[in-house]
Amino acid sequence: MEGYIHSIESFGTVDGPGVRLVIFFQGCPMRCLYCHNPDSWKPKQGRTMTTDAILEKYERYKEFLKSGGITATGGEPMLQPEFLIELFSKAKARGIHTCLDTSGICFDPQNPETALRLAEVTDLVMLDIKHIDEEKHRALTGHSNRNILAFAQFLADHGVPLWIRHVVVPGWTDDAEEQRRLGYFIGGLKTLKALDVLPYHDMGKSKYEALGMDYPLKDVQPLPAEDAQRARAEIMKGIKKRLREQN
Amino acid sequence: MSMIFEPEWEGFEPGRWSHTSVNVRDFIQKNYTPYEGDDSFLEGPTEATTKLWDQVMELSRQERENGGVLDMDTKIISTITSHGPGYLNKDLEKIVGFQTDKPFKRSLQPFGGIRMAQTACKAYGYEVDDEVVDIFTKYRKTHNQGVFDAYTPEMRLARKSAILTGLPDAYGRGRIIGDYRRVALYGVDRLIEDKKHQQDTHFVRMTSKNIRLREELSEQIRALGELKELGNIYGYDISRPARNAQEAVQWLYFGYLAAVKEQNGAAMSLGRTSTFLDIYIQRDLDRGLITEREAQELIDHFIMKLRLVKFARTPEYNALFSGDPTWVTESIAGVSVDGKHLVTKNSFRYLNTLNNLGTAPEPNMTVLWSVNLPPNFKKFCAKMSIKSSSIQYENDDLMRVTHGDDYAIACCVSSMRIGKEMQFFGARANLAKCLLYAINGGVDEVMKVQVGPKYRPVEGDYLDFDDVMDKYDQMMEWLAGLYVNTLNVIHYMHDKYSYERLQMALHDRDVKRYFATGIAGLSVVADSLSAIKYAKVKCIRDENSIVVDYEVEGDFPKYGNDDDRVDSIAVDIVRIFMDKIRKHHTYRDGVPTMSILTITSNVVYGKKTGNTPDGRKQGVPLAPGANPMHGRDTAGAVASLASVAKLPFRHAQDGISNTFSIIPDALGKSTVLFSGELDLDALKTEAEDAE
Repeated sequence: MEGYIHSIESFGTVDGPGVRLVIFFQGCPMRCLYCHNPDSWKPKQGRTMTTDAILEKYERYKEFLKSGGITATGGEPMLQPEFLIELFSKAKARGIHTCLDTSGICFDPQNPETALRLAEVTDLVMLDIKHIDEEKHRALTGHSNRNILAFAQFLADHGVPLWIRHVVVPGWTDDAEEQRRLGYFIGGLKTLKALDVLPYHDMGKSKYEALGMDYPLKDVQPLPAEDAQRARAEIMKGIKKRLREQN
Repeated sequence: MSMIFEPEWEGFEPGRWSHTSVNVRDFIQKNYTPYEGDDSFLEGPTEATTKLWDQVMELSRQERENGGVLDMDTKIISTITSHGPGYLNKDLEKIVGFQTDKPFKRSLQPFGGIRMAQTACKAYGYEVDDEVVDIFTKYRKTHNQGVFDAYTPEMRLARKSAILTGLPDAYGRGRIIGDYRRVALYGVDRLIEDKKHQQDTHFVRMTSKNIRLREELSEQIRALGELKELGNIYGYDISRPARNAQEAVQWLYFGYLAAVKEQNGAAMSLGRTSTFLDIYIQRDLDRGLITEREAQELIDHFIMKLRLVKFARTPEYNALFSGDPTWVTESIAGVSVDGKHLVTKNSFRYLNTLNNLGTAPEPNMTVLWSVNLPPNFKKFCAKMSIKSSSIQYENDDLMRVTHGDDYAIACCVSSMRIGKEMQFFGARANLAKCLLYAINGGVDEVMKVQVGPKYRPVEGDYLDFDDVMDKYDQMMEWLAGLYVNTLNVIHYMHDKYSYERLQMALHDRDVKRYFATGIAGLSVVADSLSAIKYAKVKCIRDENSIVVDYEVEGDFPKYGNDDDRVDSIAVDIVRIFMDKIRKHHTYRDGVPTMSILTITSNVVYGKKTGNTPDGRKQGVPLAPGANPMHGRDTAGAVASLASVAKLPFRHAQDGISNTFSIIPDALGKSTVLFSGELDLDALKTEAEDAE
């Protein structure tokens, strides 16, 4: 089976545990204001690759990757679900660790069959929750967060290990109360394994320029690391609150 | 050699090293203590170390403020015994000796070329003494004069246009590593005795070859005598073997110091000394003579001295090498041919100097990396690399096959068996420029004059791959011949007028000589040929029909992405050029090798190389060494490394370098922001406790 691939990173160290082969899928329905890969938005574009060709690359670089694995990211990998399931199924058959980096936007709680099949071949999901507040999520990404939060719960219920990622953007997601709310929500996910707080950076700017697009956050400054630490502490507070209540 | 087991060797396991011949490797193999533990035994700097280093930092500051040089000799010509003793603080220094009579004073070394020495002095406001200039222009010929007496007009032109570049024709060639360990292990008297025996047992038929060697052996013996005198100047009798750790380090350093007093070489590397010295340190520790703290202090003081090796060089020289490098390379760790690793506590102590004295580019700490190194040592290397960015890594598993387990690295990548092999350093040929010569029929694209042979230039608007390859092949044929012959002149004259007698005295008599060559611009050539083959490259000519620029239409595979279509071009070029080098006679039957290693000079080469068919503009630096061109490797580090790894070591035995820089954030998550291994149960307990 063939899928649309934006690019492949052969030495991914920040997208899951260990050193990983990172597959950037082409196409994403989200329009996050701070997206740093706007070139991966349009679906069904660019080069196509078979799942076998991707696994062949893995085999070639296995010496480096054997303590890591494969990460599907993008773009939004779940926009090409059958291709993704085939890739992960074949990887699992070879004993390769599979990690899905997703926004969760493609999850449909009414039709969870595809997600169920995917969950079976996924060792780890890195779920990026952009905002805990529905309205602000819509403003930030163009979509409601309802299905995303439902996907988080779905994965936790089905025993899939979860890393929650959250980007802290000045003026958008730096409110302490909302951060605690976010923590309170993820504290209820019983398969939570890690929290990854990412300070906003503007390294995507040049891509917008190259694509002739306006950069929506041109007035927003990159977030200092200390502020990200503070945000992390607030989220942890929320997590702990939820854990206390579950007693 | 005499059969006496010296009293200084008491406690050592005897062997061929003590009863048959000079054999440091045998001594190490029989006596070293492998170490698998971690870095927790290491000690910080002593008060004396900190005091001395503060003094060094203060002198460094003064040197910087003074415009880069603090003091220079203008009258005393540097020899092994030219100066009285020099100290930072005699009472505190465990290891002593400077190139001149005081630290930070640069010595005068005119044997490579008097003009270079004068220019270096002038650049910093000094004048070489008239009498010295007189002697070295009227009465004593230098290496530089010798070379230019023999150069052909074609060689001069190729040098001027920089298709041959960085040639050691006006400065010391360096790259020779004396086996300085021999001084400590045997003492100088035994080495002299051995050299005399070598002379006595050599051919008696007086061919020019045999006469030359006899003369050289006499020079070596004389140099060893002077080495002994150097010890005396500092109050040590180094005619006998070292009897403890302090003496072993000091004796070894005297050997090295004598070399840098005599030679201002482009790379004055140290060898592979850490495990050797560990044997002495371990013996002293076992005997309760020193503590770990004192052991570290010895190494700290030794490394401090190596950091203070300085030469008088011209600003142009420094520009070429992006600084004032001395390439005091020390090779650490590695694995024996029998599979046993060679890591000792002293391997750790050497790297620990980066903690105790802070980071520094010199000495160039080079870890001979093997998958079989002990995990604790690997971890320590990683830790120190992250902390200091000062460690170089080389593939021991690859080089051990060729060089065994007692080789070292000279400069940055040149490997050779210590005391058994040496190298004639050969700078490099600019293959990117050569490609432009192929296109323009030998006309230099910058100077606009005929430098290469007047072959037919390319015709038409677009470059045709087969046509360009055919022309390139012929132009490389010409370049290889000119290059080897130019180097023949240089090395003949260097041996004649600036022979490395002390360093060669610390070699066996019958050494294997590598005849090193090198190439620059490999990735530009590979990408250019790929552009010609897979995209369309249009020629833009000036009013004299010289192609001066290129328009690339369409995309093409670029070297550095593990794409065989272009990587195979790079591999072919390396093999083709090396095979052409191999066709030529080399001075003293040197075994030809080639390196791909311009680590800093690629910037200067870029300035001198016109626009290239890959879209690179004149002035843009060539990529360093075998690196992909900056920004063109877009598939990540492993793919980039995989492209470089395809280059055949067999055809680039003098080394392939890849400068790899990565921002720490790209190596993994910061633990401050990333909470991995969240344990919900533990968190819950924690949350409850807080209530």
